[in-house]
Amino acid sequence: MYDAGWAGISWPKAFGGREASLVEQLIYYEEYARAKAPYVGVNFVGLLHGGPTLIVEGTDAQKEKHIPHILRGDQVWCQGFSEPSAGSDLASLRTRAERDGDHYVVNGQKIWTSFAQVADYCELLVRTDPDAPKHRGISWLIMPMDLPGIDVRPLPTLHGEGEFSEVFLDNVRIPVENLVGAENDGWRVTNVTLRFERGTAFAGEMYDLKRWLSEIAAEAQKVTSYGARAWDDAGLRREIGHLQADIDALWNLLKLSIGQADESGVPGVGASAVKLFFTELKQRIGDVAMRVLGRAVLGRSDMAGMPVQYFSYEALQSLSMTIAAGSSQIQRKIIGERILGLPKDK
Amino acid sequence: MAFKLSEEQQELQRGFRDFVAGRFPLERAAEIADGKPDHALWGEVAQMGVFSLRLPESAGGLGLSYVDAALVFEELGRALVPGPTVWTHLATGLIDGAATGETVVTGLDLTTNLHTPYVLENLDAARAVLLLKDDGVFRLDPGSIEAMPVEIPLDPLTPVHHAATLPTGEKIGDAQTASSLSLLGSLLSSAMLLGIAQAASEMAIAYAKERVQFDRPIGSFQAIKHMLADTFVRQELARAAVYSAAGTLDHPEVGDAATAVAEAKLVAGESAMRCCRTSVQVHGGMGYTWEVPVHYFLKRTWVLETTFGTVDEHADRIAATFGG
Ligand SMILES: Cc1cc2nc3c(=O)[nH]c(=O)nc-3n(C[C@H](O)[C@H](O)[C@H](O)COP(=O)(O)OP(=O)(O)OC[C@H]3O[C@@H](n4cnc5c(N)ncnc54)[C@H](O)[C@@H]3O)c2cc1C
Repeated sequence: MYDAGWAGISWPKAFGGREASLVEQLIYYEEYARAKAPYVGVNFVGLLHGGPTLIVEGTDAQKEKHIPHILRGDQVWCQGFSEPSAGSDLASLRTRAERDGDHYVVNGQKIWTSFAQVADYCELLVRTDPDAPKHRGISWLIMPMDLPGIDVRPLPTLHGEGEFSEVFLDNVRIPVENLVGAENDGWRVTNVTLRFERGTAFAGEMYDLKRWLSEIAAEAQKVTSYGARAWDDAGLRREIGHLQADIDALWNLLKLSIGQADESGVPGVGASAVKLFFTELKQRIGDVAMRVLGRAVLGRSDMAGMPVQYFSYEALQSLSMTIAAGSSQIQRKIIGERILGLPKDK
Repeated sequence: MAFKLSEEQQELQRGFRDFVAGRFPLERAAEIADGKPDHALWGEVAQMGVFSLRLPESAGGLGLSYVDAALVFEELGRALVPGPTVWTHLATGLIDGAATGETVVTGLDLTTNLHTPYVLENLDAARAVLLLKDDGVFRLDPGSIEAMPVEIPLDPLTPVHHAATLPTGEKIGDAQTASSLSLLGSLLSSAMLLGIAQAASEMAIAYAKERVQFDRPIGSFQAIKHMLADTFVRQELARAAVYSAAGTLDHPEVGDAATAVAEAKLVAGESAMRCCRTSVQVHGGMGYTWEVPVHYFLKRTWVLETTFGTVDEHADRIAATFGG
């Protein structure tokens, strides 16, 4: 993938990309998903928002050190933004970085850090000026995950396994050259990252909804209840029709909103509309998937040839999507205040 | 029909709630999920009269009503007490030892629109299996079923097996009995769903008061208030539907019990699903962890929602009452 310049197709040619526009990138996702190519998985953070952030905000040295490796998939990244008391209110984060010569000494705790167990680098947000207003004292650092003082403790999800972790930082010394953007200007850089995360990063997963729904429909045509196919239920068929229309509309909305953002290269606030609708749509699809499984939902592993593991994993996973990367409530607030211009609530 | 719980009923509810809260706090449920079974629990639940409570006093029961049974099963649901409590209760009077809990009974309701494979809950613990079919009630020996254990059950507290076919078994009840047991199973499952709806909502409400973001408790945000207000309304609707269905079974002259129970199962099923989902959402990232027990309620909801008729099947039955 990398060798052919496909891994980060919107990325600059100088770094092994193809300089595709965001819209071209979507066409690529369509083809990629259609070919049933593997999901980016652990490379999600690096490929879809860490790398893009470095391209926009990083120094030449940072780009050179990381971008080709992220593309090749031999540098896994994680996102160390959230903290136990700073989730939706990310700017209230407390992890402290104090300057000591040409290093920052970092102390604090991160939580829900996906892939921290396997990551080589972390997009780390720290507080560099505790006296400034909360949005002004934040910096964005590249943290190598093998530094002394980093303790990663897996935090089991409701699946019963670790996808994310808690990350404890005890006097971790990070070179000052790992600062992305200016010191105390991290909030602006963060917003660049978040806009990639909410805007284009989900495109592949969005496209996967199509595949999931068609597998649900195929399964409904197979499973029987009392001799009749689940598919013979007009209510179910109609719902699948609604979902398919919504999936296609969402995909077109994504193209539209990205087309508008293409000039700046950074997805705009319209990304919130896409993220909100996508994540709630995925939950509706999950409900239908569970209905089609009938009593087979009571297992997490496949039974009698039914794709129980796939369907139930995705249905449960969809619950996290309205929480992570800006909850649905926060997206509605952004749409209301920043797109519609409604007054802010006190 | 007047809709007020009597003094005795309120006392029964409180007494039972205190018993399960003391004996089976959520931490115990989590321990069972971690593979530490609680062997004594079943006997103590039986001792409280869960299985025999509707038997006449002359037969060693408590002579209680359907409403009383619903109140008790609501508490079992709220506390996530592991099964097969409903089936063992249904088997009372049909299978020796069920009333005292000595014979653990599980079962399948094939009068509802069941998909194959047949998925059986708590089969390893059971000494008898009840099958409800359109033409009667059948008893199977668990050992006679060629069933495969499911490695990872959805609900960590509800182990399941699946089987492609079932033996015929011994007929121990007629078609009428099968249909009334299905009705009772539906009612008791609805009561458990009501308990779950309330437990999941209460966790969310408590968290919304405590969790601070943007320098205020998240419960002060209108978005959160609205979600929790909606779940409260759903939960109280479920309560009304369940209690009134139970009341209709106690007093068949006041209405059509079959429809009342179908409505209760539908409303309670939707209510529990909504309350659990909202609770996950209100808990934010913590709601997606194993450590915060909301997921147990959600998963148990799926178990109960697929027994004794799903929301869709009950909707079909209700629609059928309009003829056409
Ligand atoms: C699967 C998963 C993976 C994750 N991966 C990462 C990762 O890799 N890196 C990382 O840094 N973080 C990660 N997170 C954390 C995620 O970003 C946070 O969970 C999210 O920001 C929400 O914060 P919180 O969990 O503290 O919830 P809270 O902010 O406490 O929110 C609780 C509830 O309150 C609501 N709420 C909060 N504020 C408002 C408001 N102003 N108005 C209305 N409602 C409000 C929320 O919508 C939610 O329903 C992940 C989370 C999940 C679930």
